[in-house]
Amino acid sequence: MKKTIVILLLAAFGYFLAITFLDPDFEKDRNRNGVKNVYLEKTVSELKTANTVTAIVVNFRGFDTLGEVTVLFLAASALGSILFKKRHHVGERSITLPASSIVSTGAKLLFPAIILLGVYVFVHGHLTPGGGFQGGTIIATGFLLMLISYRNFSISHNILSVIESLAGILFVVIGLMGFINGGTFLQNFMPTGTLNNLFSGGIIPIIYILVGFKVATELTGLIYTILHEKG
Amino acid sequence: MTYLVLIIGFLLLVLIGAAIYAVYQRDLLYAVIATGIISLVLTALFYILQAPDVALTEAAIGVALTTIIFIITIKNTVRFEDESDKNNQQKPKTE
Amino acid sequence: MNIENIEIIRIGVYATSILLILIGLYAVLTKKSLIKIIIGLSIIDGGIHLLLIGIGYIKNGTAPIFSPGFENASAQMVDPVPQALVLTAIVIGFGVTAVALALIIRLYRHHNTLKIDEIKNLKW
Repeated sequence: MKKTIVILLLAAFGYFLAITFLDPDFEKDRNRNGVKNVYLEKTVSELKTANTVTAIVVNFRGFDTLGEVTVLFLAASALGSILFKKRHHVGERSITLPASSIVSTGAKLLFPAIILLGVYVFVHGHLTPGGGFQGGTIIATGFLLMLISYRNFSISHNILSVIESLAGILFVVIGLMGFINGGTFLQNFMPTGTLNNLFSGGIIPIIYILVGFKVATELTGLIYTILHEKG
Repeated sequence: MTYLVLIIGFLLLVLIGAAIYAVYQRDLLYAVIATGIISLVLTALFYILQAPDVALTEAAIGVALTTIIFIITIKNTVRFEDESDKNNQQKPKTE
Repeated sequence: MNIENIEIIRIGVYATSILLILIGLYAVLTKKSLIKIIIGLSIIDGGIHLLLIGIGYIKNGTAPIFSPGFENASAQMVDPVPQALVLTAIVIGFGVTAVALALIIRLYRHHNTLKIDEIKNLKW
């Protein structure tokens, strides 16, 4: 009975979604009035950044990114406070995911390479696909690999929170420096250089490196907390 | 161009199949692996649809981090959807 | 064959993402296990991301990244705005999933079950 009602409701919802998106006129309207061309032109002429997605995330919608990093910080601290009650010491966990010697040896071999790949991805975020969010999650994946292969691999929570707070504060400080120099929050105030150089794009690479550190430490701390909670 | 259509069609079929499997499977561990497959196929689709930035993010988050965090939760709680076959579990809870 | 390939790709991607959203909603509305509900939510997430990326795709498009010698190729590039939105939405989605799973672990420690029928505190 309940399932029939649910299926009927979903059929109605799906019908309305389908007549919205499968309409052939939907595409034409959007392409005529979009903001796409303005963003693409300004990216290559003013900001001298090769990757347009990076330019949108960091510069055109940089304030959005600040709010989003804040949401991620809130998620990490909410998870910490939900699982706060008792915590295991390093080396003892309530769940063990046993790792064979192949996994632990391979993890030791792969860990520096994963960290290096993550750093490369967020340093070159304005030239190639990638950036702070991608590089940060890749670094967190490397720490996750070490955490599930070695039971007594430990990360200091204090160092993580210091790096995270410093990255967040520097993000806001750079935004305010744009406010002082140029007029608006997160305005570009550094020389933009030439297109496709590593040192180009003004403040975009600096901010994305800070975002990379922040995302990496937040996700690592989140996984560390959820692995060490005690019932 | 025709090959592109065939590849995209195959990936979309795998996507729907994995989603239905994830919803109907009663063993939650298999369902979580199916959501990992959904993320993997989505990564390939994002790359084909010319969004390499999104593909990188989805590869790192969807395939690795989300799957592991679901598996940690299942290890901490129950493995089967209906808990009446609790004795069916691999490791019975030892108090 | 008067339908172009781009039309087939567009309709296929839209229809699949709408189906994914509906499958995820079905799981959220009918399943009893809390972990199954979170799995449904992550399926909805995937569907919405695919829908947004599909909206940005154009015929014979290239990735929105300028390479040396092709500074004027912006007419062939796909729309970068949905990509930027989806990029941040994926990271936020992971944060939301992690918090939901932490709440589930806490609920299980307290009630020793995950069936929403038996957790009486959720009813009023």
